[in-house]
Amino acid sequence: MTTNILLTGVGGQGTILTTKILSEGLVALGYDVKMSEIHGMSQRGGTVNTQLKFGDKVFAPNIGEGEADIIVAFEKVEALRALPYLKKGGMIVMDEREIYSMPVLIGQQEYPHEAAEVLKNAVGNVVIVSASKIAEDLGSIRSQNICLLGALVAALDLKGIDWVELVSSSVPPKTRDVNVAAFKAGFERVKAN
Amino acid sequence: MKRIIMSGDEAIARGAWEAGVRVASAYPGTPSTEILENISQYKDDIYCQWANNEKVASEIAIGASIGGARALAAFKHVGMNVAADPIFTVGYTGVNGGLVFISADDPGCHSSQNEQDNRLYAPHAKLLCLEPSDSQECKDFMIAAFDLSERFDIPVLMRMTTRVCHSKSIVELGERKNEGVKKYESNPSKYAMLPANARVRHVAVEQHLKDAEEYAYECPLNKIEWGSRAIGIITSGISYQHSREAFGDGASYLKLGLTYPISKKLVKEFCEKVDKVYIIEEGEPYIENFVRTLGIGCVGKEAVTIQGELDAQIVRKAFGIAAAPDKYMVETKAPARPPVLCAGCPHRGFYYALLKHKKEIVTTGDIGCYSLGVNPPFNGFDTAICMGSGFSMPIGLAKALEMQGDSRKVFGLLGDSTFFHSGLTSLIDAVHAEANVCLCLLDNSITAMTGHQQNSGTGISLMGYEVPKIDALQLILATGIDKANVRVVDPIDLDAMDKAITDAIAAKGTFVIVTKRPCALLKEVIKANAGAHCIIDPDKCTGCRACTKVACPALAFENKKAYIADPANCTACGLCAQMCKFNAISKVGK
Repeated sequence: MTTNILLTGVGGQGTILTTKILSEGLVALGYDVKMSEIHGMSQRGGTVNTQLKFGDKVFAPNIGEGEADIIVAFEKVEALRALPYLKKGGMIVMDEREIYSMPVLIGQQEYPHEAAEVLKNAVGNVVIVSASKIAEDLGSIRSQNICLLGALVAALDLKGIDWVELVSSSVPPKTRDVNVAAFKAGFERVKAN
Repeated sequence: MKRIIMSGDEAIARGAWEAGVRVASAYPGTPSTEILENISQYKDDIYCQWANNEKVASEIAIGASIGGARALAAFKHVGMNVAADPIFTVGYTGVNGGLVFISADDPGCHSSQNEQDNRLYAPHAKLLCLEPSDSQECKDFMIAAFDLSERFDIPVLMRMTTRVCHSKSIVELGERKNEGVKKYESNPSKYAMLPANARVRHVAVEQHLKDAEEYAYECPLNKIEWGSRAIGIITSGISYQHSREAFGDGASYLKLGLTYPISKKLVKEFCEKVDKVYIIEEGEPYIENFVRTLGIGCVGKEAVTIQGELDAQIVRKAFGIAAAPDKYMVETKAPARPPVLCAGCPHRGFYYALLKHKKEIVTTGDIGCYSLGVNPPFNGFDTAICMGSGFSMPIGLAKALEMQGDSRKVFGLLGDSTFFHSGLTSLIDAVHAEANVCLCLLDNSITAMTGHQQNSGTGISLMGYEVPKIDALQLILATGIDKANVRVVDPIDLDAMDKAITDAIAAKGTFVIVTKRPCALLKEVIKANAGAHCIIDPDKCTGCRACTKVACPALAFENKKAYIADPANCTACGLCAQMCKFNAISKVGK
């Protein structure tokens, strides 16, 4: 059995760094880990999905529909888009940040602002972490990803290594304090839930 | 031993280093790009270079191999088509230092124009073929590849796929083998493939392949895992992982690491010990066709799709071992999020200017960031076939239009890296043929789509050294094109852009427009633009939406007003301001 996590966001939000830190922590904890990400055209403002699986032994690196234990969404409609991947009884950790795509910007399609409520009604286990707001208040919206990492580590109840130390050594030195604070805030948000 | 998590591409680079590789070259292409990017961290031990195209990259590697150094060339699957010419003949000559070609195929077309399965090149070009299924194997197979290449005097095709290149898993690191450079000795009968020599080499290589097939029976890269013998699965690469995930211990597996040549004896023995044989492979029925030629009945492509990527669920469904996944469904739909030209992208100005002349022109596109201009609202071109075609197809297309009395002018476009890749030869043909076309070189001073690799026009090498900068404009003028038919413009300057296009439509003979402005994501450009962005005065904005016609992702429209939704992303390029007749948009900061 593996634990399957799908991280989803928009190109440039830092889903890949988040997954990198998480996977390094999981390797240190002794798990077999595989992650899968598709780069290329998606960087140009498209959806970015990163998939991570861990357990005693992992074979396929990618997650199919109905197989994700947790979805971590960096953007509101991306949580909605990723929903088919969630396992029945699974959990969504999401930021309510809205990033408008081109069809929305030019008025061709509507942005469903009510997406979080829709997901709460359908899934039940949805934790809203205002990571972009927390990060902005701490000084840089760019640490949104590390805030969500904190939330995810709490949701997975991953004990046994010093995550704060790992985050600290994985981010650029100048951003260390902000990122550590963001990590802790995200962690507490889920623990308090 | 140190165990770290690595992507397949990183592990290939690490494997090359551990195998004692000395020379490596590539042209960037997703999902292969990171191989050379990662090799550059070993530049003290490996000479590495971005080549202008995959043929050149392969020939650099071939030269090094014949010279006695272990060498590799890497490319995406379609890049191997460009490199096929030397590869087919080096299949005859064989190697001196071990020689490996790495092909990164892209089932599912994540960022490619087709789904070709390059395993088929191996028997055709007479190469050994290896298929790793995770990062550890990427590293281990690289080391094996160089040993096999030298042992059998055959180049090796390391066949990867997107999911192997870009997924990460644990790798145990090793030390570098200190393979010396073998002494170069002149040997034209082996390496100068004139007919008399080639005929002799063809005999030699057939014998080498027979020897390799015999070796394949005991090759440790092939392995059998026994589970239930009711089903025997023959598979390779990432398809092995999906098969294991889907069938678990409910089947036995023959996992082929060496997929050319395949050992007949190994396959027959495995198939005799199982009740049913399934072949699970992405893409073409490559293993399946081999198994069928042995007269062995099996289930393959009639169950498993030939299109796209596989995953465990597709495999389960193909063999009827699981119901459809249980998943959540909601009515609310997520709006589409297609990749778009970035805020501040120089191509945006070019495409908007072109759009205004839509009725007077027909346009051929090419492969690069500017390919995104095919989407609404620009609908910027009609064709995208391969690298360089943006400059050569117009020659034929213009003739075909002329023959049907269609007076529209044919425009062709491509970027700076694509120009150096193969657009230059196309341009020479256009000028030489006096083609009545307009060729547009969209020069953003970098190979942008694959993530900012240096090219011949940027003046910096992969190893980080300052190198001569090749001036594309001088190359264009050197064709002898009428200077009056060449324009260099800033694509964000809409008036200048419009004037150049109008002149091109009116001109006779080959016309060239070079748009020059660096990619907005280049570090130095971001630094220069830091803090600058546009603002829209809501009192002056009339809600006419003219500014939204340039489709910039930093600019939004809500409640009948335009506004800069993402000032951090806005580069203050001012394209939107040029669209505004009410002077509502101004630049701030800086």
